[in-house]
Amino acid sequence: MINELLFMNGYGVYVLSAFGFTLLSFSGLYVITKLQFAKEQNKFVAKFGSLNSDKANSAKLQRINKEILANATNN
Amino acid sequence: MFKLLEPNKIFQITSKAPRYVLFLFVVVLTVGLTEALILSPEDYKQSDAVRIMYVHVPSAWISLGIFSSITLLSVSGFIFKNKNLFLIAKSLAPSGFVFNIIALVTGSIWGKPTWGTWWAWDARITSMLILALFFALYLIAWRIYEKEEKVFKITTFITIIGIINVPITKYSVEWWNTLHQPASINILSKSSIHSSMLFPLLIMTAAFALFSLLIFLMKYNTELIKIKNKGLDRL
Repeated sequence: MINELLFMNGYGVYVLSAFGFTLLSFSGLYVITKLQFAKEQNKFVAKFGSLNSDKANSAKLQRINKEILANATNN
Repeated sequence: MFKLLEPNKIFQITSKAPRYVLFLFVVVLTVGLTEALILSPEDYKQSDAVRIMYVHVPSAWISLGIFSSITLLSVSGFIFKNKNLFLIAKSLAPSGFVFNIIALVTGSIWGKPTWGTWWAWDARITSMLILALFFALYLIAWRIYEKEEKVFKITTFITIIGIINVPITKYSVEWWNTLHQPASINILSKSSIHSSMLFPLLIMTAAFALFSLLIFLMKYNTELIKIKNKGLDRL
């Protein structure tokens, strides 16, 4: 059964390499995008941490900044 | 209408959405792969080689759809002077480019057992290659130019020129004698593909669309945080 599934009447090499390439491309793009996101998020947290309390409070007035910080702590 | 698209408002949704989209993508992809590799029948002419269609065709459709969306968003962004539309377009481009490459590579793999060659300068294949070049140019332009005004102009120009290639790709099989067969799936008329093959094809298309949505959301969130990082520098 498994042999049949992999052999695919002699076309297994073509079919599985096409599917393999697709899934590999998906994984690569996902990992790269995830790493880029984490890098920017970490940069934001570091910058926010270096602000004095006045600047931090004024930055916190923006809801999006609070969301980014909350997401960073959740991850 | 554009107020609804304000980054500050939609970040609440876009920051939480990826985990749900990822879950849905894994579920739909699992169903799609089972259908495409195990349950769907082999073709009477191409035998099991036809299964490559389930990754090749959705990739081609989605890359063409994404390029058209990028063009629409860039032109609208330019007309309405809305930066967020450019940001959405920029975030769509990486998955569009990857789908374009997948369509080219899986098409080449499919070509060997069916046409006896890995590559031919056929109108459909060549126009897909040209589309990949436009995607690459678009992404490179965002990396090279730093001034917003300039990058908006250049990327919009690239998409306007590139969009000419989209109908050429779509109708190339009707306008010229190519190795590709004419379209088997028509929205306006009856499709010539059997439902046992159409169903897995649609499931795989849904899975690929979910994946591009996932990458778009992650990329868009990254771009928003980048902007906020610059904002913190200015404080």
